[in-house]
Amino acid sequence: MTPPPPIAMLAELTHRCPLSCPYCSNPLELARIDAELDTGTWARVFQEAAELGVLQLHLSGGEPASRRDLAELVRAARDAGLYTNLITSGIGLSQRRLQELDAAGLDHVQLSLQGTDAEMADEIGGYRGGFARKMQVAQWIAEIGFPLTLNAVLHRRNLHQLPRALEMAQEMGARRIEVATVQFHGWAMKNRDALMPTREQAAEATRIVGEARAALKGRLVIDYVPADYHGDYPKRCMGGWGTTGLNVAPDGQVLPCHAAQTIPHLSFENVQDRSLAEIWHNGAAFNAYRGTDWMQEPCSSCERKTVDFGGCRCQAMALAGDPAATDPVCVKSPHHGALQARAQGHAATEGATLTYRDAPPKTAREPAE
Amino acid sequence: MIGPSDIPTLPRGVRLHYDKVRETWVLLAPERAITLDAVGHAILSEVDGARSFAQITAGLAQKYNAPAEEIARDSAGFLGALRDRRFLDVSR
Repeated sequence: MTPPPPIAMLAELTHRCPLSCPYCSNPLELARIDAELDTGTWARVFQEAAELGVLQLHLSGGEPASRRDLAELVRAARDAGLYTNLITSGIGLSQRRLQELDAAGLDHVQLSLQGTDAEMADEIGGYRGGFARKMQVAQWIAEIGFPLTLNAVLHRRNLHQLPRALEMAQEMGARRIEVATVQFHGWAMKNRDALMPTREQAAEATRIVGEARAALKGRLVIDYVPADYHGDYPKRCMGGWGTTGLNVAPDGQVLPCHAAQTIPHLSFENVQDRSLAEIWHNGAAFNAYRGTDWMQEPCSSCERKTVDFGGCRCQAMALAGDPAATDPVCVKSPHHGALQARAQGHAATEGATLTYRDAPPKTAREPAE
Repeated sequence: MIGPSDIPTLPRGVRLHYDKVRETWVLLAPERAITLDAVGHAILSEVDGARSFAQITAGLAQKYNAPAEEIARDSAGFLGALRDRRFLDVSR
């Protein structure tokens, strides 16, 4: 079976970041700084992506502004014919750099929001002064006229700030806000006691989003990622494994999703060794969970099997110990009851402190004695 | 509802793009790509930020030799849906 071409590519340009959010989606083992792809290699990968059928390029990290060649990379992506989206915290972007990105043809900015005031945002981001700088960057973005999406990442500590986040999106002139409840992978798994929303909070967020969608129709588009563990059916992760999108890590490894390295039996190929098209079509990791042949019960006889493709493979690995199992978020999973009980337990834990993500190493670690 | 004298415009960050791999026109927008059928592409090709909705639909009716009311109804639905998603601005 020939897979359809991918629509979107997430380019993780670097794992460096001034922030150290405790729910960071980067892997626990961060890519070394000296292993990052250079400008020319990224430009080639963008060309290969466009030829393969990618339309949307998400320039992400880490913090993509930590790459000095960001404007050059944007220009290379536009030359390749890609729609360029910058996913940023805003830290590291000066007015001048934003003007350079404008001149390079950047199409859209997605700005993350860790909280709606400095106290919350700087604590979650682990970076004092970050909120004030982000607000300044938001103003420059509006002055230049970049289309803006505000990405509010929400969890137990800041879900009460959702109404204010919706106001801020409008004040910034954003066309769109992503209301994203934290997904528990990687670093966030270490912080479930501190960040797991309560069932009541999750329901309240759903109510607020529903009302705001009706009230703001045609003015602000709201994309909503509800709290996973409190759901009854899992998410159609990545639109289906190996069907819609792919990720390129800072060192050139090509992944079916950003958490795929948590599945121990998968091996990944590198754009420095093979073309993106070869990897997409024939790479073992991409073919591992494509389609439905890999499924076991209750997925294989389920009427929803091509609706959500059994949910998230990485979550099945993390919570059921088997990447081919049904995502335990699903009511049909034998682990579902236990997961809900655990979610309640995490949400009821008081006094848990935040475990922040690390900084990536510069070079390979010295071998242990 | 979009009125006859309203002027539709594709805002910054929304553009038509020919997808060579899938051999189809798409509308590229923030974090979205919308596949266009021939009708959708015909309508958006006329959107230039200067001409009114009435001028656009009259032009399409003539070009495709189709009833103007039918074209206006279909176009209003299509463009209205794009406006709701913030992929289209409409000035009066």
